[in-house]
Amino acid sequence: MDESIYREQIIDLYEHPLNYGKLEPADFSYEEDNPLCGDVVRIDVRLDENNRVAEVAWSGDGCAISQASASLLTEEIKGMTLDEVRAFPKERLLELIGVPLSMARVKCALLSLKVLKAGAYGMPDPEILRKQTNQTEE
Amino acid sequence: MYGFFLVPADFFGIFWVMTMFDVDKIRADFPVLQEEVYPGVPLVYLDSAASSQKPLVVIEAMNEYYRRYNANVHRGIHRLSEEATNAYEGARERIARFINAAESCEIIYVRNATEGFNLVAYSWGRANIKPGDEILLTEMEHHANIVPWQLLVQEKGAVLRYVPFNEDGTLDLSSLSELLTERTRLFSFTAVSNVFGTINPVKQLVDAAHAVGALVMVDAAQAVPHMAVDVQAWDCDFMAFSSHKMCGPTGIGVLYGKRELLEAMPPFMGGGDMIRRVRLDGSTWNDLPWKFEAGTPSIAEAIGLGTAVDYLTNLGMDNIHAHEQFITNYALEALSEVPGLKVYGPPANQKAGVAAFTLKGLHPHDISELLDKDGIAIRAGHHCAMPLHHKLGLAATARASFYLHTTTQEIDKLVISLHRARKIFRL
Ligand SMILES: Cc1ncc(COP(=O)(O)O)c(C=O)c1O
Repeated sequence: MDESIYREQIIDLYEHPLNYGKLEPADFSYEEDNPLCGDVVRIDVRLDENNRVAEVAWSGDGCAISQASASLLTEEIKGMTLDEVRAFPKERLLELIGVPLSMARVKCALLSLKVLKAGAYGMPDPEILRKQTNQTEE
Repeated sequence: MYGFFLVPADFFGIFWVMTMFDVDKIRADFPVLQEEVYPGVPLVYLDSAASSQKPLVVIEAMNEYYRRYNANVHRGIHRLSEEATNAYEGARERIARFINAAESCEIIYVRNATEGFNLVAYSWGRANIKPGDEILLTEMEHHANIVPWQLLVQEKGAVLRYVPFNEDGTLDLSSLSELLTERTRLFSFTAVSNVFGTINPVKQLVDAAHAVGALVMVDAAQAVPHMAVDVQAWDCDFMAFSSHKMCGPTGIGVLYGKRELLEAMPPFMGGGDMIRRVRLDGSTWNDLPWKFEAGTPSIAEAIGLGTAVDYLTNLGMDNIHAHEQFITNYALEALSEVPGLKVYGPPANQKAGVAAFTLKGLHPHDISELLDKDGIAIRAGHHCAMPLHHKLGLAATARASFYLHTTTQEIDKLVISLHRARKIFRL
């Protein structure tokens, strides 16, 4: 029998998640659940003046795969620009998780990325915001 | 084949099971139970509450129809159509006897239990529910017995109420007299909870509803497969169940309704077979049950369900129920030895063959995945009962469910596998 999906790193992250918590206020936050099981993941992100991820936190409840994935993803996006976050490829996250997943479990693994992207896309582009405020000021 | 070290709660029940019920022989009837999930790992199927496995006779009955007498029903004056129609209608008669319906025209073929609820909500509900009317449900319902009513009350300006459940997963009937009033048009509840396994006091609830003039619909999706059901004894007005949970194929289920109610109801869907006469300016409806069966039906599936009914009848529903009680007793006892494991629902003597549980430190998804490696199929999630889980403060549970082919050895494997899962998670 092969338990490779529960290799050490996944269990470690399940026991000791990274970046767990909430940021209030944040530049963007988003929360969504996995319709398969009702698990919830929330991600809060603060950007620095260069529009890069300065701080990120996630919270929620879920299986080892969704929790490990949220830890790995939030670790990985630190310092990324908003555009990079929006373009973050799901293949990269699956690679970070690094264990073979069945179709149902891929959904668990990608839940955090879905939440992150929904948040990142829902956030008006700071460049545009700045221009708009400049325009109104003019 | 059963160990004697377990002291059975119901000695005579067990004795009966041991003498009358040969599980090894039953297992041989199910092709899938001979399969290995992974090389060298036989299947331990503990997910019958989601969908049951099919005995060979059911698979063969459907093949036989396609191979030898495939034709449409009620539409041809030729040998094959006649044979197909006889098989399709013959199944209906056996289903009627199986649940003791007064007449076979009270058996409406639908796709599944879900469609049965939608049919009643759409047809009876739209014709009878007015603003301010109330429909009473319980907090332990499957989504199939919640959402169709939510759609209906939204449209009609009516009101939904819910009977709460106690901590042990039984219904809290202390407030029933406040919830069931002269405003209540319908009380729709499950006979058996698909999460707690609670066997609800159907007859008592039916009588209470009738006393205030409300109709009753019973969700029998988890009852008809597992115990003898008698709709006339229950005196329910409507009842729905699915074939795929009772050794039959998917794609077919049954709505039972009392004849006078069904006759008064407008059709659900329009089309072929459900009409008597169609003119360009209007149509008249066919007799029951065909009024509700528009279009070419699931013919092979109805025949398959009829064969499943024969299969279950031959074994005896009381024997099947007794076997499941024995297994449930054994399982609850065995599961209680796993540290951190909590089973939801009432004790075994009030419970059907369902054990929904949580295991401290292990998410149900992870439990299910780890058990799968040992060939054990259980379900993890909210089991289409999100309000129930919400009330328990849980997103999900793991659920093992048992059927006529479940053995004590399979329960032992489940427990060993759970211990192993805990070890992998360093618990
Ligand atoms: C209690 C109960 N009601 C209704 C249903 C719905 O059955 P189906 O999905 O076959 O319509 C189920 C099955 O999941 C059930 O367990």
